[in-house]
Amino acid sequence: MSEGHSGGNNGEHHPEAQPYAALRTKAIESLLIEKGLISTDAIDARVQAYEQDIGPLNGAKVVARAWTDAAYKERLLNDGGAAVAELGFFGAQGAEIVVLENAPTVHNMVVCTLCSCYPWPVLGLPPRWYKSDAYRARAVIEPRAVLKEFGLTLDDSVEVRVWDSNSDIRYMALPERPEGTEDMDEEALVALVTRDSMIGVAKVSAPSLTA
Amino acid sequence: MNGVHDMGGMHGFGRIEIEADEPVFHESWEGRVYGMVTCIREEHDVYSPYGSRRYIENIPPAQYLASGYYERWLLALEAALLHKGLLTAEELESRTRMFGDDQSAEPPKRNDAALADRVRQRIYTPQPLDRPAASPPRFAVGDLVVARNINPAGHTRLPRYVRGKRGIVTRLYGAQGFQDEPTIADSSPQHVYSVMFEAGELWGSDAEPNQRLYIDMWEGWMDSTGG
Repeated sequence: MSEGHSGGNNGEHHPEAQPYAALRTKAIESLLIEKGLISTDAIDARVQAYEQDIGPLNGAKVVARAWTDAAYKERLLNDGGAAVAELGFFGAQGAEIVVLENAPTVHNMVVCTLCSCYPWPVLGLPPRWYKSDAYRARAVIEPRAVLKEFGLTLDDSVEVRVWDSNSDIRYMALPERPEGTEDMDEEALVALVTRDSMIGVAKVSAPSLTA
Repeated sequence: MNGVHDMGGMHGFGRIEIEADEPVFHESWEGRVYGMVTCIREEHDVYSPYGSRRYIENIPPAQYLASGYYERWLLALEAALLHKGLLTAEELESRTRMFGDDQSAEPPKRNDAALADRVRQRIYTPQPLDRPAASPPRFAVGDLVVARNINPAGHTRLPRYVRGKRGIVTRLYGAQGFQDEPTIADSSPQHVYSVMFEAGELWGSDAEPNQRLYIDMWEGWMDSTGG
């Protein structure tokens, strides 16, 4: 699980032998294509959608809108799926999205202990750590220790709410708007919102003054 | 099933490996697996009657733990295709050997514009969860409930760490199809609730301070505590 990897190696020649999983994948793909059960462009469409179009930028736009539009925020917290769809984000793994508001006294974080459930239309496909055995095992029993590994130390006075995403409902955290961003417009705020803050393992930081 | 996939609350997995700016797929084969699984299960009856999750959970425990996420998807896909007779073990082994012998070989390309269009459309088509229920909800917000101590041999969405524990109903989500394995459970729609468990109820004196756990519960898993 922790094998080394190098990003951006698409199309690069592999001088060493390919891993078994790569060979097995080629074998299955070639057989399914020959049998007419699947097509190359259908697989490509699926991959490209989540590599290029559907990712955490969608969720960041939702968060920034909620920070700047109180009526939208209310709709978002009442019916997340419908409010997210208002901004054009909807689809597989997101028919019903529940948005959890983080506040100075309450911190929500999301995990799927059994597998990898995640709100694809707003966050895309989950990062590797979200699907890792360590996160799935530990988030429910020692969330504060987990959050510390993400660099977030919460005072004991802050209530930690862990949401185990076990049904077909999908969860997303609405992070707090950081202080010092009062003069920023919606577009500038979008750039501050991180994927991890919408899973609930981080807070959003104001831009540093030196930037 | 009481498998290693049901890992909420387990110890021993170590630190969480956090990777900055990671790609969506770390290797191109991971994307192919993701694309194949999501396309074929929409187009063909591959995973019934057990469901794709059961095939992942059926991976032998030691192999499950030693496999990466998309390796688990790959093992499950292969098992389901073999089970349905869509592939034979012989052709799969021989084709795998062929790609091992010729590392530069790639699968043949065959495009199907109509299929690709259907796939694209489904990516952006939400599938509403609401289903008509046979009866009104048995529980209301604030009700004290206990999670049933069930131990089915097939797929269930009720993790071990909440079974037998007492919680409080905090939200009603309406009725949805029951996702436990249809070969062992009635998949008729049931009301779904968000139920909150105090960390101390789940983990006793080892719980962290000021923590609560929220999980979704289908009504058939829930009993009133009578209190």
